[in-house]
Amino acid sequence: MADAMTPTAAHSHPDYLSENKGLWNWLTTVDHKRIGLMYLWSVATFMIIGGLLALVIRLELLTPKQTIMSAELYNRAFTLHGAIMTFLVIIPAIPAILGNFALPLLLGAKDVAFPRLNLASLYVYWIGAAMAVSTLLLGGVDTGWTFYTPYSTTTGGGVSMMVLAAFVLGFSSIFTGLNFIATTHKLRAPGMGWFQLPLFVWGMYSTAIIQILATPVLGITLLLLVMERVFHIGIFDPQLGGDPVLFQHFFWFYSHPAVYIMILPAMAVMSEVIPTFSKKSIFGYKAIAFSSVAIALLGFLVWAHHMFVAGMSLFAGAIFSFLTFFIAIPSAIKVFNWIATMWRGSIDLKVPMLYAINFLLIFTIGGLTGLFLASLSTDVHLHDTYFVVSHFHYVMAGSNMIALLAGLHYWWPKMYGRMYNNTLATIACTLIFIGFNATFLPQFVMGSRGMPRRYYNYLEQFQTMHVASTIGSWILAAGLFLALATLLASLRKPKDAVPNPWNGRTFEWEAGSPPITHNFEHTPVCIYSPYDYRENPVPIAEEEKSAH
Amino acid sequence: MNWFRDFLLPKSAASNTGDVDGLFMFISWLTVFFFFFNGGLIWYAVRKWRRRSNNDITPHITHDTKLEVIWSVIPLIVVMFIFFWGFRGYVRAWVVPNDALEIVVTGKKWVWEFEYPDGSRSLNDLHVPLNKPVKLVMHSEDVIHSFFVPAFRIKRDVIPGRYTELWFTATEPGIHQVYCTEYCGRGHSDMLARIFADTPEQYEVFLREGDEQVRKMPLKELGKLVYENKGCATCHSIDGTRGQGPSFKGIYGHELKDAAGKTHTVDANYIRDSILNPQAVVVAGYEPIMPTFQGLLREREILGMIEYIKSLQ
Repeated sequence: MADAMTPTAAHSHPDYLSENKGLWNWLTTVDHKRIGLMYLWSVATFMIIGGLLALVIRLELLTPKQTIMSAELYNRAFTLHGAIMTFLVIIPAIPAILGNFALPLLLGAKDVAFPRLNLASLYVYWIGAAMAVSTLLLGGVDTGWTFYTPYSTTTGGGVSMMVLAAFVLGFSSIFTGLNFIATTHKLRAPGMGWFQLPLFVWGMYSTAIIQILATPVLGITLLLLVMERVFHIGIFDPQLGGDPVLFQHFFWFYSHPAVYIMILPAMAVMSEVIPTFSKKSIFGYKAIAFSSVAIALLGFLVWAHHMFVAGMSLFAGAIFSFLTFFIAIPSAIKVFNWIATMWRGSIDLKVPMLYAINFLLIFTIGGLTGLFLASLSTDVHLHDTYFVVSHFHYVMAGSNMIALLAGLHYWWPKMYGRMYNNTLATIACTLIFIGFNATFLPQFVMGSRGMPRRYYNYLEQFQTMHVASTIGSWILAAGLFLALATLLASLRKPKDAVPNPWNGRTFEWEAGSPPITHNFEHTPVCIYSPYDYRENPVPIAEEEKSAH
Repeated sequence: MNWFRDFLLPKSAASNTGDVDGLFMFISWLTVFFFFFNGGLIWYAVRKWRRRSNNDITPHITHDTKLEVIWSVIPLIVVMFIFFWGFRGYVRAWVVPNDALEIVVTGKKWVWEFEYPDGSRSLNDLHVPLNKPVKLVMHSEDVIHSFFVPAFRIKRDVIPGRYTELWFTATEPGIHQVYCTEYCGRGHSDMLARIFADTPEQYEVFLREGDEQVRKMPLKELGKLVYENKGCATCHSIDGTRGQGPSFKGIYGHELKDAAGKTHTVDANYIRDSILNPQAVVVAGYEPIMPTFQGLLREREILGMIEYIKSLQ
């Protein structure tokens, strides 16, 4: 998207990191880039806490009986791991970090449409996070992150606080979504039509639709849960005349679309990284854009596939299974499109691209193992076993986290103006790939052999696979630690990144590394397609003329 | 290729598992195939078109409608095929044969209780005859549990305030593991049960003498269990209170008068006759309302009742 009218490298302003330094300026900033970075370090903090909990859980599972902690503690640990990772890490991760940082840059905008609302979303996130952590002082929560009734309405501890935390965090997510929708509609650079949007924006836009439509339903459900716990209003607890399965319908009506809040942004990152490092136009732009929207919309119609064994009618089971399979199509289309983008390209195996290839492999496994669970008769066997645990870690943890790392390594020079050590980052990426698969592949097998999830004690026949999985978790942790250390180490040296280190074609590479507070010295104008990698790019207007 | 199935799935021990396993293996091979297909394409692309210089020139290919239609339609056909296969298996697992033996299952923190058609109950051990359909009618007394038998490929949630059903026909003799698969608190992972798929001979013994727990139980304890579970307690107290029938307290060895004024000594034979043919002798002052327990109690349970009543002095 080269803009002929922008004078290059005319730095008349200091960059956004150098201008207005000091904690107070950061806490009161409305700059989308600073908010993105504050989200980055907040989310990273909770990812470390959630990750340490995961290591503790895996360590406990090293032996069939008690290893390091009691059953009560174990149940609290996996609940906190799930709640932190879902509500504080994966849901905000890519939209709030990379979306906030990159979306306005990709559109050629100065900021998001509602900068103050954007800052508010961060504060709401912090409040929600503090509430979630405060449950530790209230005796912890032992319901699992799904809060199934009537267990959650009858057990002790800080369930109400955790549920309210999720409620508050929902608003943070809604604010971000609102901002992205308004920004995409109103703040596109001159000349940028909907089909000149970088695909990252399409992914964020689709995500935002889910965030603002589905999150309120979770909010209402969680409030009902709190009302039942505090005022004993019979909604879900059969003792009080309620229906426990109703909660599952309400819960999954949000939480299944939320899965797409997690994966669509990951896909959005891929659609930027792969063309840049293949030096080739994205293959099937419209197919990728529309499949994002299709996934967002279809995602609302499949929630009850979490309930095939929950006493639903045969007919309902059939409908939800049937609809679920349609999600497979847009997902498959995207994967094939990305591979086709690499085809005959000029593939540069820099770190972001290595993560992208990791993503393709891990998402392929995550996606295909979804077929077992969408299909009725096999889901009956696999439901609530480690097979499911492994499947959703491949999609939610693996694909999302690896895409986040891809995006982070991709935009890091833009964020901080510094290049990281390529060798160390490559080693970290390799360790993460090996560690992730070593952790979760054995879980597929133990699951299909019958190992149920959320088990503190287990039968000895599963120990070998649990040991393999635990060792895998150590490799994964080492990889993540190395990745983090490599990125942090780059901050110690002076800024050395050029504006466009990867030869990208989207607007953010025209801004400085790091950009000035208002991003661009002059408003960029969209003349070329964001994926035109020809030697002599052809302006969009001319291309449209020749098409007619 | 059986090794792959035996690696991924527990040994099948019920009818109707063939269909599920077939689909499971079909998707497994599909997963393996597409993983290596996609991985192979990526590997090939990286090998062949690795960047040589930053000035590499690449072709400008934006889309290929024919190719895109092909890779949309083929997955669509494949997943529809999988849907119908899975749906067929689900329907089969849903429709219970009419002649199924009905067993009531109660889930509660953190045990499984089974009640047989003859009214006897057991905890965590379920005996079923081989090659006969068995239907489980399940409910929970507290939170949601889930009844999972990997070897039968069946699972269904057990919910408070409503009934859910499962059925199976065990085809392999032996013990089959049952797990609770809906998280239910501290004892969730210990909420295990075993299904004993009995040969006809074993099942005969079970019907006659009860399961191993019952067979090993001392007679007095067994009698207490019968007293509590078979309805004796409704009419006969053990503390001397007068109920619909005489209290058992201190009754053993004493003499009673029937309505005609004839005297009877309460001994083993008197108790046995009173259980099996209660109308023959009715104690003076009581209505002849007790039903017979002929066929409802096992021989050893009658002996247990005698020992239990004997102990209530």
